[in-house]
Amino acid sequence: MQVGKASIKFEEPPVIESMASIVGKKEGEGPLGKLFDVVEQDDMFGADTWEKAESALQKQTADLAIEKGDVRKKDIRYLFAGDLLGQLIATSFGTVDLEIPLFGLFGACSTMGEALNLGSMTVAAGYADKVMAMASSHFATAEKQFRFPLGYGNQRPFSSSWTVTGCGAVILTKHRKEGIAAITGITTGRMVDMGIKDSMNMGAAMAPAAFHTIQQNFDDFNIDENYYDKIITGDLGRVGRTILLDFMRNKGHDLENIHTDCGIEIFDPDSQDTHSGGSGCGCAASTLCSYILPKIKDGTWKRVLFVPTGALLSTVSFNEGETIPSIAHGVMIEHIEN
Amino acid sequence: MEVNKKAYEAYVKEVTPVNKKLPNIIKAFLVGGIICTIGQICTTLIMNQGVEKDTASAWTTLILIAASVILTGLNIYPKITKFGGAGALVPITGFANSVVAPAVEFKAEGQVFGIGCKIFTIAGPVILYGILSSWILGVIAYVLKAFGIV
Repeated sequence: MQVGKASIKFEEPPVIESMASIVGKKEGEGPLGKLFDVVEQDDMFGADTWEKAESALQKQTADLAIEKGDVRKKDIRYLFAGDLLGQLIATSFGTVDLEIPLFGLFGACSTMGEALNLGSMTVAAGYADKVMAMASSHFATAEKQFRFPLGYGNQRPFSSSWTVTGCGAVILTKHRKEGIAAITGITTGRMVDMGIKDSMNMGAAMAPAAFHTIQQNFDDFNIDENYYDKIITGDLGRVGRTILLDFMRNKGHDLENIHTDCGIEIFDPDSQDTHSGGSGCGCAASTLCSYILPKIKDGTWKRVLFVPTGALLSTVSFNEGETIPSIAHGVMIEHIEN
Repeated sequence: MEVNKKAYEAYVKEVTPVNKKLPNIIKAFLVGGIICTIGQICTTLIMNQGVEKDTASAWTTLILIAASVILTGLNIYPKITKFGGAGALVPITGFANSVVAPAVEFKAEGQVFGIGCKIFTIAGPVILYGILSSWILGVIAYVLKAFGIV
């Protein structure tokens, strides 16, 4: 059912029936290290280039989600997946062997939110019984594409984030009584551009987008922060969180205790030198599949608003002096009572 | 949005943590100083072998570049720069690092389109504008000399 301006409420909520997360060594050493399904010690994932490594990471994660859910590959009707690389090469090369009809998505670091939005719509509408949503990022491929070669020495500002090497995949299935969690609604974000040009401060670029989507979700469903046990953004980091909380406070919403951010949860800035926090599609996706969904499954959190955030810049737009337009997609994930 | 972009920019500046200048300046001074001292030691040792100053300087430059190349390959140079900032970026060792790092990174894309095209992605602007500014200064010096001002 269409709700408000940008939301959908699912009468028969699609259910997450399987999840998998695979990350790199550094993520494995972070606060969530023990929660991931696999921590790969070899950041090359057995491949000979970084791009192939990220593709291998996607393939392994997809296979693991299928295996954990005891699902037959041919029953998955669509795959909604994406990454950060130009022309989505990590996804297109990584998913060849899956042989599942693919929608390749680019929403920068918000891709998992976009995949869950589209995947749950597809399932709820009856166009598929099962779909997979997946997103990945790799520190080395992202640095190479957006910043500097790995061997180049430079100093990163405190507002910068650290791209997560990781991938998260979930399998969504049509409404039923058991599963990990249910997707009860979505709020799709729109582009928000507040004129930030500093690519080393993406939290500041994305925070207004997260604010907009959360506020839209409240308005559309006629609810407020009291409806949720947690509101979890993708990769705003510490600077972005400060801004989001300030913006929400100005609107009369106190998110101080219920908000957290995947980028803040995944690394320990003091021992891991990650500055503002983690980022990348893999940040929100792997945190969702290791930390958030299990907590919803066991009932620690009954209702969560998951809001992956994306900074939609390219090296071309950055060099041409453009701003960093951003987006955030909201996914309402709820506990299933047995 | 109700907040205007100028006000937002100012607000973001306020909430974004910045590096502490003084400790950074001290670290840069130390690291830069150490690199230069190593260079001076090389020059002096070579000159002690009876080599002329110009030749000794050339050898020193070569030694520093080689050291930087090896340290980049071993992934140690980025750590030095992280600590020392401009102290490690400005000397010739930093320049060598900026050439070797892309060469290593883009090796996978081939000898021509990888290493060949990308090796100067960071150092290219330094080379181009370095040569251009030397040329401009040369012209100025030439004109001033021609008129007997210097």
